Amino acid sequence: MSGKEISEGIYLDNNATTMVAPEVVSEMLPYFTEQFGNPSSLHQFGDKVGRALKKARKQAQTLLGAQYDSEIIFTSCGTESDSTAILSALKAQPDRKEIITTVVEHPAVLTLCEHLEKEGYKVHYLKVDSRGRLDIQEYYKLLSDNVAIVSIMWANNESGTLFPVEEMAELARQAGVLFHTDAVQAVGKLPINLKETCIDMLSLSGHKLHAPKGIGVLYLRRGVRFRPLLRGGHQERGRRAGTENAASIVALGKACEMAMEAMEYEKSSVKAMRDRLEQGILEKVSHCFVTGDPNNRLPNTCNIAFEYIEGEAILLLLNKMGIAASSGSACTSGSLEPSHVMRAMDIPFTAAHGSVRLSLSRYNTMKEIERVIDAMPPIVAQLRQLSPYWSGDGPVEEPEKAFAPSYA
Amino acid sequence: MWDYSEKVQEHFFSPRNAGAVDNANAIGDVGSLSCGDALRLTLKVDPDSEVILDAGFQTFGCGSAIASSSALTEIIKGMKIDDALSVSNQDIADYLDGLPPEKMHCSVMGREALQAAVANYRGEEWKDDHEEGALICKCFAIDEVMIEETVRANGLRTVEEVTNYTKAGGGCSACHEGIEEILTRILAEKGEAFDPNAVAGEIKKPKSGLTNLQRMKRIEELLGEIRPNLQRDHGDVELVEVDGKYIYVKMIGACAGCQMAATTLGGIQQHLAEGLGEFIQVLPAEELARRAAMEA
Repeated sequence: MSGKEISEGIYLDNNATTMVAPEVVSEMLPYFTEQFGNPSSLHQFGDKVGRALKKARKQAQTLLGAQYDSEIIFTSCGTESDSTAILSALKAQPDRKEIITTVVEHPAVLTLCEHLEKEGYKVHYLKVDSRGRLDIQEYYKLLSDNVAIVSIMWANNESGTLFPVEEMAELARQAGVLFHTDAVQAVGKLPINLKETCIDMLSLSGHKLHAPKGIGVLYLRRGVRFRPLLRGGHQERGRRAGTENAASIVALGKACEMAMEAMEYEKSSVKAMRDRLEQGILEKVSHCFVTGDPNNRLPNTCNIAFEYIEGEAILLLLNKMGIAASSGSACTSGSLEPSHVMRAMDIPFTAAHGSVRLSLSRYNTMKEIERVIDAMPPIVAQLRQLSPYWSGDGPVEEPEKAFAPSYA
Repeated sequence: MWDYSEKVQEHFFSPRNAGAVDNANAIGDVGSLSCGDALRLTLKVDPDSEVILDAGFQTFGCGSAIASSSALTEIIKGMKIDDALSVSNQDIADYLDGLPPEKMHCSVMGREALQAAVANYRGEEWKDDHEEGALICKCFAIDEVMIEETVRANGLRTVEEVTNYTKAGGGCSACHEGIEEILTRILAEKGEAFDPNAVAGEIKKPKSGLTNLQRMKRIEELLGEIRPNLQRDHGDVELVEVDGKYIYVKMIGACAGCQMAATTLGGIQQHLAEGLGEFIQVLPAEELARRAAMEA
């Protein structure tokens, strides 16, 4: 894989967003200039764009393993796909007033569900254990005729932990319940073959797989009852009105094709870099641990909780060294609590605030990984020297008792 | 990424007075682990003069928490403890050339650590019932708990009233949905429904009982309190006329023609209303000319 350096610095925040692949950029550029037509138009200007969209739809179909290309609906982003899927299921089945999801979903699903609760829907939030795993028995018991839709993420954006969505979709099918998965983190990193599954709907986001921001896909299995979110035009067969974002759709198609080609590399070489990074840090830094389920997660993601220090401070020092990562601390999000994912796994506050997510892509190199392994120990040491929980080379005795501040 | 000032970054990357002070005789532990910010402040106070000879901090927290701790220790070193107690969280934020609204609580934590340390020095117990909720209004850094308490205490029922009492919602207005939700919830406790079309009631506060001259002086004083904030943004305000409940001001410098001028006037009005303890309206000086022309 081309070891292209991303401008300056080391980018390990690929679960947040990815660099647009240079090949993708060059593929999309003509659609801003000479290929500016509206694909709905009859004339030659529109016709060429229409053909390009058709090709992109095929490319997305191939990556997802969908049976028909008409099962691909282009949207503006993963969030739109999630909202469309869930609201469609509710609209199409007005007698069903329940939703099943998990406590660790992305806000795109969680915030919508919390809003729907205010409108009178009953939402069941499946809990996770300390490794971020679901209890399938609990899930199985909740499936009933009252449930309009199950929405479960394929891979968690923070810990990378995978949920058994294929198995869960099968259980939903048996119970006659629609199944949606937010797969924005999984697509392109894991082989997916939707025609062999019982998944009814799936969300994909372009910018997570080296396509630009502002483009997504909702996979909608043929025959699944559907109600559009946006009405107003015949685009996407009337299922998502609005003039197509042609350049970005073309880009996403190219990115899907490239992801398909890079799948083996993701599974082997990216994973090898991730494993080296993780093992290197764990060897050199004391009092830190991997969160989530290390044996069942995305090949590119590693989430390490550094005890007794806070994540935003770690990120600022990493950033100074040119290293980009993200954290589950409260401060990085502007909220008052650490990441809901870390809390759901019952990670103590002193570690949850210090969780750092390092997410790789095929554009990273082993050389970069070694530099990060070298950079991390002094950063952690520097912050621990400031920490009231730390003294010299280790935590103070009984840290939670030695420093128990009053709430301010 | 947060919009941290150079000063915040500088105090984070090279914190002053990090670590515990040896032989400290005042220790303040404050913060909340769930929020991810906690601070131990250690002071060495001279028992005779009550001067803070040395100050050190240990902080578990984000960049601005560490910077606020560092700033606090720099500000108070060499101060008498009574003087140090008058250091406000705004002083800490100002020392750092400002903090983002979401991060103002870091400066609050600094001030409270100081109070706790002084209480510890004096053998008293420091208690704080301060509670913080989710940030609702980002323009004025007003959180949920503050809004809830104000709504309950004053029986508020409209977004406009909430803005009048707390400033929340007085800026970009993006948080109005959040404020409506709080109102809906609290009104429901009383078995009432939130009515988006309800008209805001007047703020009922006693008249100030000042003579005209005293009142004028008080207004000047109150404007003086706000002035540093405006001057920081290279603007200023000038009192033009006081006509009963109408107070006319002229915005000068960067404040003149600023897009946020209406918001700034709202903030000035709030401050004057609170300081005078009466319902007043702050209007731009141009309004005075317009009204005079209408009467002529």
